[in-house]
Amino acid sequence: MSLRIENLTVHYGPRAVLSGIDLDVADAEILAVTGPSGCGKSTLLRTLAGLLPASSGQVLSAGVEVTGTSAERALVFQDDGLLPWRSVRRNVELPLSIRRVPRARRRVEAESWLDQVGLAGYEDHLPRELSGGMRQRVQLARTLAGAPRVILADEPFGALDAQTRTAMQRLLVEVWRKRPTTVVFVTHDVDEALFLADRVAVLTRDGRLAKVVESSRPRTAEPAVAAERAEVLDGLVAA
Amino acid sequence: MTQTLDHEPATVVTPPAPPRRRFSRLAVRAGSIVAALVVWELLTAFDVDLWLHFDRLPTPVEVARDLGYQLGTAVYYQDLLDSLRRIVTGFALAAVFGIGLGTAIARSRGTSDVVQPLLEVLRPIPAIAMVPIAILLFPSNEQGIVFITFVAAFFPVVVSTRHAVRALPVVWEDAIRTMGGSRRRVLWNVVLPGALPGVFGGLSVGMGVSWICVISAEMISGEFGVGYRTWQAYTVVDYPGVIVGMLTIGLLGWVTSAAVELLGRRATRWLPRGENA
Repeated sequence: MSLRIENLTVHYGPRAVLSGIDLDVADAEILAVTGPSGCGKSTLLRTLAGLLPASSGQVLSAGVEVTGTSAERALVFQDDGLLPWRSVRRNVELPLSIRRVPRARRRVEAESWLDQVGLAGYEDHLPRELSGGMRQRVQLARTLAGAPRVILADEPFGALDAQTRTAMQRLLVEVWRKRPTTVVFVTHDVDEALFLADRVAVLTRDGRLAKVVESSRPRTAEPAVAAERAEVLDGLVAA
Repeated sequence: MTQTLDHEPATVVTPPAPPRRRFSRLAVRAGSIVAALVVWELLTAFDVDLWLHFDRLPTPVEVARDLGYQLGTAVYYQDLLDSLRRIVTGFALAAVFGIGLGTAIARSRGTSDVVQPLLEVLRPIPAIAMVPIAILLFPSNEQGIVFITFVAAFFPVVVSTRHAVRALPVVWEDAIRTMGGSRRRVLWNVVLPGALPGVFGGLSVGMGVSWICVISAEMISGEFGVGYRTWQAYTVVDYPGVIVGMLTIGLLGWVTSAAVELLGRRATRWLPRGENA
């Protein structure tokens, strides 16, 4: 599903956190959003999700204005997005239950998603009994179980160590290849952005769109092109 | 699939204390109770009158004899059940209405504006001060006593629920909403389970206050119940009976508080410091 952001301004109290953003995200595109701390990256995602209203301008999802949250646009959190009192299985079953999938099928589907993220055998664990990387896998499984058409992820791998992070990036690519979905994710890591995303949007400190950099060979084993890397970093420094 | 690196479950186990130290601590604790009983026996058996009139108090042996006698009578259990029924009814009502209202106040500004001022005015009045009103208001004493018990537990539950719901992290709610969940879904799947640890704090306090109030209400307006029986024993100069009543009240309070505590621990096992599943 495509997203269109038209002249979007979002206020947080009297202060404009985002101003005059214009951006299109194509169907099944992966877009990375980066920028200095406090530039409104999370605000952008929350607005796309429909959790925050636009002060002016609008967000169109497949041509329809976004006015509230929907199962079509799922939000993935950096950490602690799982309900800690529910077992891993019951967390993954939650979106299925919201979609009114019959109880018996919920269990089967949840187990199949957990298997796909490599967590078969951990169904009955509580989130606190898992490592940070495993919890993010559960969150990924939970998100996918909801069959969203857009995945919005707020620094999904930001709290992970380098090795786990690389494993998670590969897992995301693998899952995305099986079922291409529009993905918008926030990251501070330029290499992660250029590895995963087709394009990288750089925001300025005052919440404007500085530039959009195309990644010439995303999701391949080759390292990011130095020129593209430099361009994103330039944008970040100038911002 | 890459699943080698991050599969170490993060469970921490605290080692139990060495058995010998545990035993000696147990001995000290038991010794402390035995010593208190011995002091009590000495003070009362020798009719010590040192400003405090120990000569008027029954000895522990007399109390024990009376307890043994009362345990064999039907009235003892009848009173016990009467008090227990009152406390359970009042407390259950307070839990249901307290959690409901506390959640409503925390989640809805309208409800908060309407209800909050009323609560703030009523809250400082101790439930026991409402006994005369309860007697006037309700058709039977029984209902009045249950009402007092309800009021006693109600306020701690409302206040703790309100705070617990307000303190919930916003992520969980955002997660449910971006899965397409409704407000009701958020309430049942996030707000209530997430607030439980805080709510149980209020329930524990509420149970304690309820006992104070049910006993006092029984003493004042009572028709049977442990509080009534204890006061009755005092008026007929049956002092061992008074102490048996006190012990019974203490035991009931302890058992019901422990029940709330146990329920709370089971319901909040997911907390970082909770017991393992």
